[in-house]
Amino acid sequence: MTSIGTGYDLSNSVFSPDGRNFQVEYAVKAVENGGTAIGIRCKDGVVLAVEKIISSKLLKPGANKRIATVDRHVGIVSAGLVPDGRHFVSRARDEASSWRATYKGPIPTSALANRLGGYVQAYTLYSSVRPFGVTSIVGGWDSEAELAVDGQVGSGPKSGAGGKVDGAKAGGPGLYMIEPSGLYWGYYGAATGKGRQAAKAELEKLDLSSGKLSLLEGVKEAARIIYVAHEDSKDKEFELEMSWISSLDGPTKGRHEEVPKDILEEAEKAARRALDEDEEEEDKGAGEQMEE
Amino acid sequence: MDHFPGTWGRPRNDVYGAYDPSYLQSTGPKTHTTSPAVTGTSVVGVKFNGGVALATDNLASYGSLARFTDTKRLRVFGDQAVVGFGGDVSDMQYLDRLLESIDIRENYSSHGNMLNAKNLHTYLAKVFYKRRSEFNPLWNHVLVAGFDGEGKPFLSSADLLGTTFSAPHLATGFGAHLAVPILRRLFPEEKPIEEISREEAVDALKQCLKVLFYRDARSLDKYSIAVITKEGIDLKEDEQLEGQSWAFAERIKGYGAQTV
Repeated sequence: MTSIGTGYDLSNSVFSPDGRNFQVEYAVKAVENGGTAIGIRCKDGVVLAVEKIISSKLLKPGANKRIATVDRHVGIVSAGLVPDGRHFVSRARDEASSWRATYKGPIPTSALANRLGGYVQAYTLYSSVRPFGVTSIVGGWDSEAELAVDGQVGSGPKSGAGGKVDGAKAGGPGLYMIEPSGLYWGYYGAATGKGRQAAKAELEKLDLSSGKLSLLEGVKEAARIIYVAHEDSKDKEFELEMSWISSLDGPTKGRHEEVPKDILEEAEKAARRALDEDEEEEDKGAGEQMEE
Repeated sequence: MDHFPGTWGRPRNDVYGAYDPSYLQSTGPKTHTTSPAVTGTSVVGVKFNGGVALATDNLASYGSLARFTDTKRLRVFGDQAVVGFGGDVSDMQYLDRLLESIDIRENYSSHGNMLNAKNLHTYLAKVFYKRRSEFNPLWNHVLVAGFDGEGKPFLSSADLLGTTFSAPHLATGFGAHLAVPILRRLFPEEKPIEEISREEAVDALKQCLKVLFYRDARSLDKYSIAVITKEGIDLKEDEQLEGQSWAFAERIKGYGAQTV
Protein backbone atom coordinates (compact mmCIF):
# COMPACT_ATOMS: atom_id res chain seq x y z
CA MET A 1 0.00 0.00 0.00
CA THR A 2 2.28 2.69 -1.26
CA SER A 3 -0.50 5.24 -1.32
CA ILE A 4 -0.85 5.28 2.47
CA GLY A 5 0.03 8.67 3.86
CA THR A 6 -0.91 10.49 0.68
CA GLY A 7 -4.13 11.64 2.32
CA TYR A 8 -6.53 10.12 -0.16
CA ASP A 9 -7.62 7.46 2.33
CA LEU A 10 -8.76 9.83 5.08
CA SER A 11 -12.27 10.43 3.86
CA ASN A 12 -14.85 8.20 2.29
CA SER A 13 -16.05 8.99 -1.23
CA VAL A 14 -12.73 10.59 -2.21
CA PHE A 15 -10.92 9.27 -5.28
CA SER A 16 -7.16 8.99 -5.34
CA PRO A 17 -5.48 10.36 -8.51
CA ASP A 18 -5.25 6.82 -9.90
CA GLY A 19 -9.00 6.29 -9.45
CA ARG A 20 -9.29 4.26 -6.27
CA ASN A 21 -11.48 4.68 -3.22
CA PHE A 22 -9.25 3.64 -0.34
CA GLN A 23 -12.00 3.51 2.28
CA VAL A 24 -13.72 0.84 0.22
CA GLU A 25 -10.46 -1.08 -0.09
CA TYR A 26 -9.98 -0.96 3.68
CA ALA A 27 -13.52 -2.29 4.10
CA VAL A 28 -12.52 -5.22 1.89
CA LYS A 29 -9.62 -5.83 4.32
CA ALA A 30 -12.13 -6.08 7.16
CA VAL A 31 -13.98 -8.73 5.15
CA GLU A 32 -10.79 -10.69 4.51
CA ASN A 33 -10.39 -11.22 8.25
CA GLY A 34 -13.92 -12.58 8.74
CA GLY A 35 -14.88 -16.25 9.03
CA THR A 36 -15.22 -17.98 5.65
CA ALA A 37 -18.72 -17.89 4.17
CA ILE A 38 -19.78 -19.74 1.05
CA GLY A 39 -22.85 -20.32 -1.09
CA ILE A 40 -23.51 -23.05 -3.65
CA ARG A 41 -26.20 -22.83 -6.32
CA CYS A 42 -27.40 -26.40 -6.94
CA LYS A 43 -29.92 -27.61 -9.48
CA ASP A 44 -32.73 -27.98 -6.92
CA GLY A 45 -31.75 -25.42 -4.31
CA VAL A 46 -29.11 -23.25 -2.69
CA VAL A 47 -26.81 -23.96 0.27
CA LEU A 48 -25.23 -21.34 2.51
CA ALA A 49 -22.47 -22.15 4.99
CA VAL A 50 -20.27 -20.17 7.35
CA GLU A 51 -17.29 -20.91 9.55
CA LYS A 52 -17.90 -19.39 12.96
CA ILE A 53 -14.66 -19.01 14.89
CA ILE A 54 -15.37 -19.61 18.58
CA SER A 55 -14.05 -16.44 20.19
CA SER A 56 -14.93 -17.50 23.74
CA LYS A 57 -15.68 -20.75 25.53
CA LEU A 58 -18.52 -18.90 27.28
CA LEU A 59 -20.52 -18.61 24.06
CA LYS A 60 -23.40 -21.07 23.89
CA PRO A 61 -22.86 -23.60 21.11
CA GLY A 62 -25.51 -23.36 18.38
CA ALA A 63 -26.66 -19.93 19.50
CA ASN A 64 -25.56 -16.64 17.89
CA LYS A 65 -26.71 -17.41 14.37
CA ARG A 66 -24.85 -15.87 11.48
CA ILE A 67 -27.14 -16.87 8.63
CA ALA A 68 -30.36 -14.88 8.50
CA THR A 69 -33.71 -15.44 6.81
CA VAL A 70 -35.19 -12.70 4.62
CA ASP A 71 -38.86 -13.05 3.69
CA ARG A 72 -39.39 -16.82 3.46
CA HIS A 73 -37.33 -17.83 0.49
CA VAL A 74 -34.02 -15.97 0.86
CA GLY A 75 -31.03 -16.43 3.17
CA ILE A 76 -28.09 -14.09 3.73
CA VAL A 77 -24.68 -14.92 5.13
CA SER A 78 -21.92 -12.34 5.55
CA ALA A 79 -18.20 -12.30 6.21
CA GLY A 80 -16.67 -9.30 7.95
CA LEU A 81 -18.01 -7.05 10.68
CA VAL A 82 -20.92 -8.90 12.26
CA PRO A 83 -22.93 -5.79 13.25
CA ASP A 84 -22.64 -4.43 9.70
CA GLY A 85 -23.97 -7.77 8.51
CA ARG A 86 -26.93 -7.51 10.87
CA HIS A 87 -27.80 -4.04 9.62
CA PHE A 88 -27.52 -5.28 6.06
CA VAL A 89 -29.95 -8.13 6.81
CA SER A 90 -32.35 -5.72 8.46
CA ARG A 91 -32.32 -3.61 5.29
CA ALA A 92 -32.87 -6.71 3.17
CA ARG A 93 -35.94 -7.60 5.26
CA ASP A 94 -37.32 -4.10 4.83
CA GLU A 95 -36.78 -4.29 1.09
CA ALA A 96 -38.50 -7.69 0.90
CA SER A 97 -41.50 -6.52 2.90
CA SER A 98 -41.83 -3.29 0.94
CA TRP A 99 -41.72 -5.35 -2.27
CA ARG A 100 -44.58 -7.44 -0.88
CA ALA A 101 -46.53 -4.31 0.09
CA THR A 102 -46.26 -3.08 -3.51
CA TYR A 103 -46.46 -6.24 -5.60
CA LYS A 104 -48.32 -8.62 -3.24
CA GLY A 105 -45.79 -11.39 -3.76
CA PRO A 106 -42.30 -12.51 -2.79
CA ILE A 107 -39.32 -10.50 -4.06
CA PRO A 108 -37.23 -12.31 -6.71
CA THR A 109 -33.71 -13.03 -5.48
CA SER A 110 -32.25 -11.02 -8.36
CA ALA A 111 -34.33 -7.95 -7.49
CA LEU A 112 -33.31 -8.18 -3.84
CA ALA A 113 -29.63 -8.42 -4.80
CA ASN A 114 -30.07 -5.39 -7.04
CA ARG A 115 -31.64 -3.27 -4.31
CA LEU A 116 -29.05 -4.33 -1.74
CA GLY A 117 -26.26 -3.60 -4.22
CA GLY A 118 -27.66 -0.10 -4.63
CA TYR A 119 -27.90 0.32 -0.87
CA VAL A 120 -24.30 -0.72 -0.22
CA GLN A 121 -23.03 1.44 -3.08
CA ALA A 122 -24.67 4.51 -1.55
CA TYR A 123 -22.34 4.07 1.45
CA THR A 124 -19.36 4.78 -0.80
CA LEU A 125 -20.67 8.19 -1.88
CA TYR A 126 -20.73 10.28 1.28
CA SER A 127 -18.07 11.53 3.64
CA SER A 128 -20.46 11.23 6.59
CA VAL A 129 -20.64 7.43 6.39
CA ARG A 130 -18.23 4.53 6.00
CA PRO A 131 -18.64 1.62 3.60
CA PHE A 132 -20.06 -1.69 4.77
CA GLY A 133 -17.45 -3.93 6.35
CA VAL A 134 -19.10 -7.03 4.92
CA THR A 135 -19.31 -9.07 1.77
CA SER A 136 -22.67 -10.78 1.79
CA ILE A 137 -23.89 -13.85 -0.02
CA VAL A 138 -27.59 -13.79 -0.89
CA GLY A 139 -29.14 -17.14 -1.77
CA GLY A 140 -32.78 -17.69 -2.67
CA TRP A 141 -35.28 -19.82 -4.48
CA ASP A 142 -37.85 -18.13 -6.74
CA SER A 143 -40.99 -20.23 -6.90
CA GLU A 144 -41.24 -22.32 -10.06
CA ALA A 145 -45.00 -22.66 -9.57
CA GLU A 146 -47.45 -19.90 -10.37
CA LEU A 147 -48.01 -18.16 -7.05
CA ALA A 148 -51.28 -16.70 -5.88
CA VAL A 149 -51.20 -12.97 -5.24
CA ASP A 150 -50.97 -12.34 -1.46
CA GLY A 151 -54.49 -12.25 -0.07
CA GLN A 152 -56.02 -13.75 -3.22
CA VAL A 153 -59.33 -15.42 -2.39
CA GLY A 154 -60.36 -17.14 -5.63
CA SER A 155 -58.91 -18.20 -8.94
CA GLY A 156 -61.38 -16.52 -11.28
CA PRO A 157 -63.18 -18.07 -14.24
CA LYS A 158 -61.77 -21.31 -15.62
CA SER A 159 -62.44 -20.28 -19.22
CA GLY A 160 -62.04 -17.08 -21.18
CA ALA A 161 -59.13 -14.83 -22.08
CA GLY A 162 -55.96 -15.73 -20.22
CA GLY A 163 -52.85 -14.44 -21.87
CA LYS A 164 -50.64 -16.94 -20.03
CA VAL A 165 -47.85 -18.68 -21.86
CA ASP A 166 -48.07 -22.44 -21.47
CA GLY A 167 -44.98 -24.21 -20.24
CA ALA A 168 -42.99 -21.03 -19.66
CA LYS A 169 -40.12 -21.76 -17.28
CA ALA A 170 -40.05 -19.55 -14.25
CA GLY A 171 -38.24 -19.46 -10.91
CA GLY A 172 -35.29 -21.48 -9.72
CA PRO A 173 -32.19 -20.97 -7.59
CA GLY A 174 -30.44 -17.62 -7.22
CA LEU A 175 -27.06 -16.82 -5.69
CA TYR A 176 -25.51 -13.36 -5.50
CA MET A 177 -22.52 -11.87 -3.69
CA ILE A 178 -22.42 -8.18 -2.75
CA GLU A 179 -19.09 -6.51 -1.94
CA PRO A 180 -18.38 -3.35 0.10
CA SER A 181 -18.17 -1.30 -3.11
CA GLY A 182 -21.75 -2.26 -3.93
CA LEU A 183 -20.53 -4.48 -6.74
CA TYR A 184 -22.59 -7.64 -7.05
CA TRP A 185 -22.54 -10.57 -9.45
CA GLY A 186 -24.60 -13.71 -9.74
CA TYR A 187 -22.60 -16.87 -9.03
CA TYR A 188 -22.73 -20.64 -9.33
CA GLY A 189 -20.58 -20.79 -6.22
CA ALA A 190 -19.49 -17.88 -4.05
CA ALA A 191 -16.92 -17.61 -1.28
CA THR A 192 -15.72 -14.78 0.94
CA GLY A 193 -13.83 -14.26 4.19
CA LYS A 194 -10.50 -15.54 5.40
CA GLY A 195 -10.48 -18.91 3.62
CA ARG A 196 -11.99 -17.70 0.34
CA GLN A 197 -9.01 -18.66 -1.83
CA ALA A 198 -9.05 -22.30 -0.75
CA ALA A 199 -12.84 -22.33 -0.87
CA LYS A 200 -12.92 -20.89 -4.40
CA ALA A 201 -10.42 -23.49 -5.60
CA GLU A 202 -12.68 -26.24 -4.21
CA LEU A 203 -15.83 -24.65 -5.67
CA GLU A 204 -14.25 -24.54 -9.11
CA LYS A 205 -13.64 -28.29 -8.98
CA LEU A 206 -17.38 -28.95 -8.54
CA ASP A 207 -18.41 -28.11 -12.14
CA LEU A 208 -21.39 -26.15 -10.87
CA SER A 209 -22.17 -24.55 -14.23
CA SER A 210 -23.34 -27.90 -15.63
CA GLY A 211 -26.25 -27.74 -13.15
CA LYS A 212 -25.91 -31.37 -12.10
CA LEU A 213 -25.08 -31.03 -8.42
CA SER A 214 -28.06 -31.89 -6.22
CA LEU A 215 -28.90 -29.98 -3.07
CA LEU A 216 -28.00 -32.88 -0.76
CA GLU A 217 -24.62 -33.29 -2.45
CA GLY A 218 -24.26 -29.51 -2.23
CA VAL A 219 -24.73 -29.64 1.54
CA LYS A 220 -21.95 -32.25 1.85
CA GLU A 221 -19.64 -30.24 -0.41
CA ALA A 222 -20.33 -27.00 1.46
CA ALA A 223 -19.44 -28.62 4.79
CA ARG A 224 -16.26 -30.10 3.29
CA ILE A 225 -15.23 -26.78 1.73
CA ILE A 226 -15.63 -24.92 5.04
CA TYR A 227 -13.46 -27.59 6.69
CA VAL A 228 -10.85 -27.30 3.91
CA ALA A 229 -10.87 -23.51 4.17
CA HIS A 230 -10.35 -23.78 7.92
CA GLU A 231 -7.09 -25.74 7.50
CA ASP A 232 -5.02 -22.52 7.49
CA SER A 233 -6.33 -21.38 10.87
CA LYS A 234 -6.38 -24.83 12.45
CA ASP A 235 -5.37 -23.58 15.89
CA LYS A 236 -8.75 -21.90 16.36
CA GLU A 237 -11.87 -23.92 17.05
CA PHE A 238 -14.91 -23.28 14.89
CA GLU A 239 -18.55 -24.15 14.51
CA LEU A 240 -20.19 -24.84 11.15
CA GLU A 241 -23.53 -23.16 10.45
CA MET A 242 -25.45 -24.17 7.34
CA SER A 243 -28.80 -23.31 5.80
CA TRP A 244 -30.55 -24.30 2.61
CA ILE A 245 -33.42 -23.43 0.29
CA SER A 246 -34.86 -26.23 -1.82
CA SER A 247 -37.33 -26.32 -4.71
CA LEU A 248 -41.04 -26.55 -3.87
CA ASP A 249 -40.97 -30.37 -3.98
CA GLY A 250 -37.72 -30.56 -2.01
CA PRO A 251 -37.09 -30.84 1.74
CA THR A 252 -37.74 -27.15 2.57
CA LYS A 253 -40.52 -26.53 0.02
CA GLY A 254 -38.99 -23.31 -1.28
CA ARG A 255 -38.29 -21.90 2.18
CA HIS A 256 -34.98 -20.85 3.67
CA GLU A 257 -34.26 -23.03 6.70
CA GLU A 258 -31.41 -24.28 8.82
CA VAL A 259 -30.02 -27.58 7.60
CA PRO A 260 -31.51 -30.19 10.00
CA LYS A 261 -29.19 -31.39 12.75
CA ASP A 262 -28.84 -34.98 11.53
CA ILE A 263 -27.94 -33.96 7.97
CA LEU A 264 -25.54 -31.30 9.25
CA GLU A 265 -23.78 -33.77 11.55
CA GLU A 266 -23.53 -36.35 8.79
CA ALA A 267 -22.07 -33.75 6.42
CA GLU A 268 -19.54 -32.67 9.07
CA LYS A 269 -18.54 -36.29 9.68
CA ALA A 270 -18.03 -36.81 5.95
CA ALA A 271 -16.04 -33.56 5.76
CA ARG A 272 -13.67 -34.68 8.54
CA ARG A 273 -13.29 -38.08 6.91
CA ALA A 274 -12.43 -36.49 3.54
CA LEU A 275 -9.82 -34.27 5.22
CA ASP A 276 -8.22 -37.25 7.02
CA GLU A 277 -8.06 -39.22 3.76
CA ASP A 278 -6.36 -36.27 2.04
CA GLU A 279 -3.79 -36.08 4.82
CA GLU A 280 -3.12 -39.82 4.66
CA GLU A 281 -2.55 -39.61 0.92
CA GLU A 282 -0.17 -36.72 1.40
CA ASP A 283 1.69 -38.64 4.08
CA LYS A 284 1.87 -41.69 1.84
CA GLY A 285 3.08 -39.55 -1.06
CA ALA A 286 5.74 -38.02 1.15
CA GLY A 287 6.77 -41.49 2.41
CA GLU A 288 7.19 -42.88 -1.11
CA GLN A 289 9.34 -39.94 -2.07
CA MET A 290 11.53 -40.58 0.94
CA GLU A 291 12.06 -44.19 -0.11
CA GLU A 292 13.27 -43.16 -3.53
CA MET B 1 -70.44 37.17 -18.71
CA ASP B 2 -70.78 35.29 -15.49
CA HIS B 3 -68.35 36.88 -13.06
CA PHE B 4 -68.66 34.12 -10.42
CA PRO B 5 -66.10 31.38 -11.14
CA GLY B 6 -67.83 29.14 -8.56
CA THR B 7 -70.71 28.68 -10.94
CA TRP B 8 -68.65 28.02 -14.07
CA GLY B 9 -68.98 24.59 -15.60
CA ARG B 10 -72.08 23.77 -13.59
CA PRO B 11 -75.50 22.80 -14.96
CA ARG B 12 -77.54 25.93 -15.52
CA ASN B 13 -79.75 26.82 -12.60
CA ASP B 14 -82.59 27.93 -14.87
CA VAL B 15 -82.64 24.51 -16.56
CA TYR B 16 -81.72 22.07 -13.82
CA GLY B 17 -82.67 23.94 -10.66
CA ALA B 18 -80.36 25.39 -8.04
CA TYR B 19 -77.22 23.38 -7.31
CA ASP B 20 -77.16 21.78 -3.90
CA PRO B 21 -73.89 23.08 -2.39
CA SER B 22 -73.95 20.48 0.39
CA TYR B 23 -72.45 18.01 -2.11
CA LEU B 24 -69.29 20.10 -2.17
CA GLN B 25 -68.73 20.07 1.55
CA SER B 26 -65.37 18.73 2.56
CA THR B 27 -66.15 18.88 6.28
CA GLY B 28 -68.40 16.49 8.14
CA PRO B 29 -67.99 12.82 8.96
CA LYS B 30 -66.32 10.35 6.65
CA THR B 31 -68.97 7.85 5.67
CA HIS B 32 -67.41 5.49 3.16
CA THR B 33 -66.20 3.15 5.89
CA THR B 34 -69.62 2.65 7.39
CA SER B 35 -70.72 -0.29 5.29
CA PRO B 36 -69.11 -3.34 3.76
CA ALA B 37 -69.10 -3.91 -0.02
CA VAL B 38 -68.33 -7.49 -1.02
CA THR B 39 -69.21 -9.79 1.84
CA GLY B 40 -68.92 -13.36 3.00
CA THR B 41 -71.59 -14.82 5.25
CA SER B 42 -71.41 -17.22 8.20
CA VAL B 43 -68.42 -19.03 9.68
CA VAL B 44 -69.13 -22.09 11.86
CA GLY B 45 -66.70 -23.79 14.24
CA VAL B 46 -66.77 -26.71 16.69
CA LYS B 47 -64.20 -27.99 19.19
CA PHE B 48 -63.80 -31.75 19.45
CA ASN B 49 -61.57 -34.18 21.25
CA GLY B 50 -58.05 -33.20 20.18
CA GLY B 51 -58.84 -30.35 17.80
CA VAL B 52 -61.16 -27.85 16.20
CA ALA B 53 -63.17 -27.91 12.96
CA LEU B 54 -64.07 -24.76 11.06
CA ALA B 55 -66.23 -24.24 7.97
CA THR B 56 -67.46 -21.49 5.65
CA ASP B 57 -69.15 -21.49 2.27
CA ASN B 58 -67.24 -20.24 -0.78
CA LEU B 59 -69.43 -17.27 -1.67
CA ALA B 60 -68.58 -13.58 -1.76
CA SER B 61 -71.73 -11.51 -2.30
CA TYR B 62 -71.96 -7.99 -3.69
CA GLY B 63 -75.13 -6.89 -1.96
CA SER B 64 -77.64 -9.53 -3.00
CA LEU B 65 -75.61 -10.55 -6.07
CA ALA B 66 -73.70 -13.83 -5.74
CA ARG B 67 -70.56 -12.20 -7.13
CA PHE B 68 -67.71 -14.69 -6.51
CA THR B 69 -68.33 -18.39 -6.00
CA ASP B 70 -64.81 -19.70 -5.36
CA THR B 71 -63.82 -17.51 -2.44
CA LYS B 72 -61.51 -19.05 0.12
CA ARG B 73 -62.56 -17.63 3.46
CA LEU B 74 -60.56 -19.98 5.68
CA ARG B 75 -57.01 -18.66 5.95
CA VAL B 76 -54.20 -20.75 7.39
CA PHE B 77 -51.74 -19.11 9.79
CA GLY B 78 -48.52 -20.98 10.57
CA ASP B 79 -49.11 -24.70 10.91
CA GLN B 80 -51.48 -24.77 13.89
CA ALA B 81 -54.08 -22.05 13.38
CA VAL B 82 -56.87 -21.15 10.97
CA VAL B 83 -58.90 -17.94 10.78
CA GLY B 84 -62.41 -18.06 9.29
CA PHE B 85 -63.57 -14.71 7.96
CA GLY B 86 -67.12 -13.38 7.67
CA GLY B 87 -67.90 -9.87 6.46
CA ASP B 88 -66.04 -7.65 4.02
CA VAL B 89 -63.80 -9.57 1.64
CA SER B 90 -61.33 -6.78 0.91
CA ASP B 91 -60.83 -6.24 4.63
CA MET B 92 -60.26 -9.99 4.89
CA GLN B 93 -57.58 -9.70 2.21
CA TYR B 94 -55.96 -6.85 4.12
CA LEU B 95 -55.94 -8.92 7.31
CA ASP B 96 -54.63 -11.95 5.44
CA ARG B 97 -51.65 -9.94 4.21
CA LEU B 98 -51.15 -8.53 7.70
CA LEU B 99 -51.08 -12.04 9.15
CA GLU B 100 -48.73 -13.18 6.39
CA SER B 101 -46.29 -10.39 7.23
CA ILE B 102 -46.41 -11.44 10.89
CA ASP B 103 -45.78 -15.06 9.95
CA ILE B 104 -42.77 -14.01 7.84
CA ARG B 105 -41.35 -11.99 10.73
CA GLU B 106 -41.93 -14.85 13.17
CA ASN B 107 -39.91 -17.14 10.92
CA TYR B 108 -36.85 -14.89 11.09
CA SER B 109 -35.95 -16.63 14.34
CA SER B 110 -34.73 -20.19 14.06
CA HIS B 111 -37.46 -21.65 16.25
CA GLY B 112 -40.03 -20.59 13.67
CA ASN B 113 -43.52 -19.29 14.24
CA MET B 114 -44.31 -19.60 17.95
CA LEU B 115 -47.65 -17.74 17.86
CA ASN B 116 -50.58 -20.02 18.66
CA ALA B 117 -54.24 -19.48 17.86
CA LYS B 118 -54.84 -17.82 21.21
CA ASN B 119 -52.10 -15.23 20.60
CA LEU B 120 -53.45 -14.67 17.11
CA HIS B 121 -56.98 -14.12 18.41
CA THR B 122 -55.79 -11.60 21.00
CA TYR B 123 -53.88 -9.74 18.32
CA LEU B 124 -56.74 -9.69 15.82
CA ALA B 125 -59.21 -8.47 18.46
CA LYS B 126 -56.83 -5.60 19.24
CA VAL B 127 -56.50 -4.70 15.57
CA PHE B 128 -60.31 -4.65 15.27
CA TYR B 129 -60.65 -2.54 18.41
CA LYS B 130 -58.02 -0.04 17.28
CA ARG B 131 -59.66 0.38 13.90
CA ARG B 132 -63.17 0.82 15.29
CA SER B 133 -61.78 3.43 17.71
CA GLU B 134 -60.45 5.31 14.69
CA PHE B 135 -63.94 5.19 13.15
CA ASN B 136 -62.43 3.14 10.34
CA PRO B 137 -63.45 -0.40 11.20
CA LEU B 138 -62.38 -3.58 9.47
CA TRP B 139 -65.79 -4.98 8.62
CA ASN B 140 -65.29 -8.58 9.66
CA HIS B 141 -66.40 -11.13 12.18
CA VAL B 142 -63.82 -13.86 12.53
CA LEU B 143 -63.45 -17.21 14.22
CA VAL B 144 -59.93 -18.19 15.22
CA ALA B 145 -59.31 -21.92 15.64
CA GLY B 146 -56.26 -23.85 16.78
CA PHE B 147 -54.60 -24.47 20.12
CA ASP B 148 -53.85 -22.36 23.18
CA GLY B 149 -50.56 -22.14 25.09
CA GLU B 150 -51.31 -25.37 26.97
CA GLY B 151 -52.01 -27.29 23.77
CA LYS B 152 -55.77 -27.45 24.37
CA PRO B 153 -58.17 -26.89 21.45
CA PHE B 154 -58.97 -23.20 21.08
CA LEU B 155 -61.93 -21.54 19.39
CA SER B 156 -62.86 -17.90 19.78
CA SER B 157 -64.48 -15.06 17.88
CA ALA B 158 -63.64 -11.40 17.36
CA ASP B 159 -65.85 -8.88 15.62
CA LEU B 160 -65.48 -5.49 13.96
CA LEU B 161 -65.83 -3.73 17.30
CA GLY B 162 -63.11 -5.75 18.95
CA THR B 163 -65.61 -7.76 20.97
CA THR B 164 -64.36 -11.23 21.80
CA PHE B 165 -66.40 -14.28 22.68
CA SER B 166 -65.47 -17.87 23.25
CA ALA B 167 -67.47 -21.10 23.38
CA PRO B 168 -67.03 -24.81 22.50
CA HIS B 169 -68.98 -24.11 19.31
CA LEU B 170 -69.43 -20.77 17.59
CA ALA B 171 -70.94 -19.24 14.48
CA THR B 172 -70.86 -15.75 12.99
CA GLY B 173 -73.39 -13.82 10.93
CA PHE B 174 -76.58 -15.66 10.02
CA GLY B 175 -75.02 -18.76 11.56
CA ALA B 176 -75.19 -17.16 15.00
CA HIS B 177 -78.98 -17.43 14.68
CA LEU B 178 -79.38 -20.60 12.64
CA ALA B 179 -76.34 -22.78 13.38
CA VAL B 180 -75.77 -22.21 17.09
CA PRO B 181 -79.15 -23.74 18.11
CA ILE B 182 -78.33 -26.84 16.06
CA LEU B 183 -74.88 -27.10 17.62
CA ARG B 184 -76.35 -26.60 21.12
CA ARG B 185 -78.79 -29.45 20.51
CA LEU B 186 -76.05 -31.76 19.18
CA PHE B 187 -73.47 -30.81 21.81
CA PRO B 188 -75.29 -29.79 25.00
CA GLU B 189 -73.41 -27.94 27.70
CA GLU B 190 -73.14 -31.07 29.91
CA LYS B 191 -71.28 -32.91 27.18
CA PRO B 192 -67.54 -32.38 27.55
CA ILE B 193 -65.63 -31.81 24.33
CA GLU B 194 -63.54 -34.90 25.07
CA GLU B 195 -66.67 -36.91 24.17
CA ILE B 196 -67.06 -35.26 20.76
CA SER B 197 -65.27 -37.08 17.95
CA ARG B 198 -63.77 -35.50 14.88
CA GLU B 199 -66.40 -37.17 12.67
CA GLU B 200 -69.24 -35.86 14.84
CA ALA B 201 -67.84 -32.34 14.66
CA VAL B 202 -67.42 -32.44 10.87
CA ASP B 203 -70.91 -33.89 10.39
CA ALA B 204 -72.36 -31.18 12.61
CA LEU B 205 -70.67 -28.48 10.55
CA LYS B 206 -72.01 -29.96 7.32
CA GLN B 207 -75.49 -30.06 8.81
CA CYS B 208 -75.18 -26.41 9.85
CA LEU B 209 -73.97 -25.34 6.41
CA LYS B 210 -76.88 -27.18 4.82
CA VAL B 211 -79.46 -25.42 7.00
CA LEU B 212 -77.68 -22.12 6.29
CA PHE B 213 -77.85 -22.80 2.56
CA TYR B 214 -81.57 -23.51 2.86
CA ARG B 215 -82.38 -20.34 4.75
CA ASP B 216 -79.61 -17.77 4.18
CA ALA B 217 -80.10 -16.12 0.78
CA ARG B 218 -76.43 -14.99 0.76
CA SER B 219 -74.99 -18.50 1.05
CA LEU B 220 -73.79 -21.23 -1.26
CA ASP B 221 -73.66 -25.03 -1.35
CA LYS B 222 -69.94 -25.02 -2.15
CA TYR B 223 -67.90 -24.81 1.01
CA SER B 224 -64.49 -25.04 2.68
CA ILE B 225 -63.74 -27.01 5.81
CA ALA B 226 -60.62 -27.11 7.97
CA VAL B 227 -59.87 -29.65 10.66
CA ILE B 228 -57.03 -28.59 12.97
CA THR B 229 -55.38 -31.31 15.06
CA LYS B 230 -51.93 -31.75 16.57
CA GLU B 231 -50.97 -33.61 13.39
CA GLY B 232 -51.60 -30.48 11.33
CA ILE B 233 -54.32 -28.78 9.32
CA ASP B 234 -56.56 -30.69 6.93
CA LEU B 235 -58.02 -27.98 4.69
CA LYS B 236 -60.47 -28.76 1.90
CA GLU B 237 -61.57 -25.75 -0.15
CA ASP B 238 -63.72 -27.19 -2.91
CA GLU B 239 -66.47 -29.20 -1.20
CA GLN B 240 -70.09 -29.66 -2.26
CA LEU B 241 -73.04 -29.94 0.15
CA GLU B 242 -74.47 -33.44 -0.24
CA GLY B 243 -77.98 -34.74 0.41
CA GLN B 244 -79.97 -31.57 -0.02
CA SER B 245 -83.72 -31.87 0.20
CA TRP B 246 -85.88 -28.94 -0.78
CA ALA B 247 -89.18 -30.67 0.02
CA PHE B 248 -89.75 -28.25 2.90
CA ALA B 249 -89.80 -25.35 0.46
CA GLU B 250 -93.26 -26.25 -0.81
CA ARG B 251 -94.73 -25.56 2.58
CA ILE B 252 -93.28 -22.07 2.80
CA LYS B 253 -96.01 -19.48 2.38
CA GLY B 254 -96.07 -15.73 2.21
CA TYR B 255 -93.61 -14.99 -0.60
CA GLY B 256 -93.66 -14.37 -4.33
CA ALA B 257 -96.75 -14.89 -6.46
CA GLN B 258 -98.67 -16.99 -3.94
CA THR B 259 -102.21 -15.80 -3.47
CA VAL B 260 -103.19 -17.87 -0.42
